[in-house]
Amino acid sequence: MHLTESSDGEMTPTLLAVERASKSFAGVHALIDVSLDLRAGEILALVGENGAGKSTLLKALSGDHQLDQGRILVEGQEVRFGRPSEARESGIRVIAQEPEIVPELTVAENIYLGGLPRSRTRWFARRQLLDQVRRDIADAGFDHVLDPGTLGRRLSAAQRQLVEILRALTSGVKVLAFDEPTSSLSTHETAGLFELIRRLRDQGVGIIYVSHRMPEVFDLADRIAVLRDGARVGVLDAAEATEERVVRMMVGRDLSSLFRRTAPGVAGDVVLELRDVATQDVEGISFDVRAGEVVALAGLVGAGRTELANAISGDVPITHGELRLHGQPQRFRRPEDAISVGIGLAPEERKSGALLMGRSVKDNVSLTSLKRLSRWRFVQPDNERRLVARYVTALNVRTPSIEQPVRNLSGGNQQKVVLARWLATEPRLLILDEPTRGVDVGAKAEIYRIIDELATAGMALLVVSSELPEVLGLADRIVVMKSGRVTGELSREDASEERVMELAMADVPERGSGS
Amino acid sequence: MTATRTEDQAAPARRSALRKALDTIGVQNVSLIIALAGLVALIGSQNSRFFLTSNIKIIGMAVAVTGVLAIAQTIIIILGALDISVGSVAGLASVTSAMIFTAMSSNAGLGILGALAVGALCGAANGCIVVFGRVNPIIATLATLAAFKGLAQLVSNGRAQGYTGADPVFVFIARGSIAGIPTLMWIFALVALGAHILLKYTDIGRNIYAIGGNDTAARLSGININKYIVACYIGTGVVAALAGILITARTGSGQPISGSEGQELEAITAAALGGVSFKGGRGAIAGTVLAVVLLGVLSNGMTLLDINSFWQNVAKGALLVLAVTIQQARSGERRVGIPT
Repeated sequence: MHLTESSDGEMTPTLLAVERASKSFAGVHALIDVSLDLRAGEILALVGENGAGKSTLLKALSGDHQLDQGRILVEGQEVRFGRPSEARESGIRVIAQEPEIVPELTVAENIYLGGLPRSRTRWFARRQLLDQVRRDIADAGFDHVLDPGTLGRRLSAAQRQLVEILRALTSGVKVLAFDEPTSSLSTHETAGLFELIRRLRDQGVGIIYVSHRMPEVFDLADRIAVLRDGARVGVLDAAEATEERVVRMMVGRDLSSLFRRTAPGVAGDVVLELRDVATQDVEGISFDVRAGEVVALAGLVGAGRTELANAISGDVPITHGELRLHGQPQRFRRPEDAISVGIGLAPEERKSGALLMGRSVKDNVSLTSLKRLSRWRFVQPDNERRLVARYVTALNVRTPSIEQPVRNLSGGNQQKVVLARWLATEPRLLILDEPTRGVDVGAKAEIYRIIDELATAGMALLVVSSELPEVLGLADRIVVMKSGRVTGELSREDASEERVMELAMADVPERGSGS
Repeated sequence: MTATRTEDQAAPARRSALRKALDTIGVQNVSLIIALAGLVALIGSQNSRFFLTSNIKIIGMAVAVTGVLAIAQTIIIILGALDISVGSVAGLASVTSAMIFTAMSSNAGLGILGALAVGALCGAANGCIVVFGRVNPIIATLATLAAFKGLAQLVSNGRAQGYTGADPVFVFIARGSIAGIPTLMWIFALVALGAHILLKYTDIGRNIYAIGGNDTAARLSGININKYIVACYIGTGVVAALAGILITARTGSGQPISGSEGQELEAITAAALGGVSFKGGRGAIAGTVLAVVLLGVLSNGMTLLDINSFWQNVAKGALLVLAVTIQQARSGERRVGIPT
């Protein structure tokens, strides 16, 4: 019944089928009518931009979300997952980016958590467990990488993933899904992981591999499924696909047309000067940001860009060097010092670092402007409503009313609320840390337009971004960091994806070593 | 003027009148009002003395001490913390007020001021332990709950202190009235009103909600959260001292333990019943006031109906569990693990 035609025309039974799956959150469509199938012994790559629906699909498979419409079949049988444990019992296992590991339990205990072996008297059979796990680790080929007696809190990111994979393997997994597994792994660890994935495929496990790193996808996948804005755009045989074609399907247009500044390179006075700045996490940082200029801070995750942004905005102390604003040396003891001289920071983690999810759009926008809006400490309601309405309109925040709790807004509109909060303070320097993370394509374009307009109006902008097309499209200048240091600065004309990546992966001495 | 008009219309709010009224009052408060109305009807139908003005005054005077403590607790819980030392602070303030009163040849003003100052010091100690000692609020104030109680017993040798029962100021507080309403009710009402205005209409209140709702966001928005935490604990200490002064006035002497012990739990009960979220960032004074009145009516009604006072405790506990269960069921949270 459920048969799928493979590239060579041979018919193999379908292991997993997703049929016409739809899911929406508070009116935002995360998945629209998506159908996919996966054969045993196949690696299916799932690609798409942030917000394309990859995570939602995985969460439906793992039982964390329930589909609004559509169904999931395992070996032809329809399954319904009320909770994650039911998905696991059906043989589907999603390896999370950051697996849940109990810090005070050993690797062995973590692997068999919930099904620890025990004797009839309920004594915990430690010896037996350790032997079992040692065999499991050897079977998976990780003898020298993982010791069953290590405590969970001592594990590296790669080892945590191994624990999660072993959990899956020891419970008879049929479908194994990986969500960006290599984002925190070294090259060496990645190679090991790929070897394991291929071996599992050869043993007949169906693999779903989510990533937006094209080389990995082409290296591993048998077929590539592309999602865009919650819908399936197409499924390609990896052998026939090209990177350009996949990327074009992902973004729906050519990369080159994604975004261009309207009037780049019209820079005014120097607003921010950093001279040999060091903090707990970065050192030797020197660069300028001018009025009317967008400077992008590029680099890989963990390069110290967020840490630098936090230091400039006064949340982390600068231990060495000098920060000058309009030529004036500054020492910030806390964020309010930086805010008072005109620096604003929209942080990377919108929900945990910026928004009061249960409070209204109005309260969220006015938070940093309350002092200005108050007389004798009483917030003047008319002034407040006027200020909030002005920025909500200017940034086109889509909300039924400014009294609406922020929780009910989409990711893009939430991000615009954070932007509105900072614009309301009329900053001279605005730092945006990953401003388009987790927002849909439409809102992304709007945020680019806002950044462009702010720069044109003479604001100095420092944008931390891990997305190269975004960096190349927005920035007048690109400062690249690696391991807490600046590895290079590129002008708009000199910049290309290759040159930025080169600098982002350049060899730098480990911090604290040498002099 | 015209500009204001157009901008106001940028945020249209078109909801049904009922919905709007419900939003303004709050669903939690509506259910408290319904519970209160039901209780009043029930007790009133069984015993007509319940509706006498004198009985209503008795209820009002009985809830004043718990009431002011519950107001302070509400603010500190919205901030995302907790203060379980308030009962001990009240006891310490009670003996302090009476001892200073006696030592200063019956100067009530000095006694009251001294007690408030002691309350502020106790609050400052709590705040500093939490902020600078990095001690979890529950543990910090659990420790000071014991320590302040010990201090009260030390300075008083464990005995009631002084005699304030003949002083006109203390008598006025305990039994006086303004415009026919007992002074104790006025004090509760003023503390509640002050706290309501602080939370609802000032930037201080907004910042308190922000800190409780998301302390990282509050910090990055330029709020000095350490200052707020210490200040809120000082405020709570002062209000706890006020409660201690009320105890002194009502009993006619400084009481190290009696009258104040266990009040911290009464106050937390009222705040929880009033819908204040222990995660912080959510709740309001109106809910706490309603809960205080509800608990007062419950206790008074059961006394009037001659129900064994042990049952009053059972009823209070059952009411709290019922209220929070309903509140949680409405939130639609998954029933897994320990709720926050």
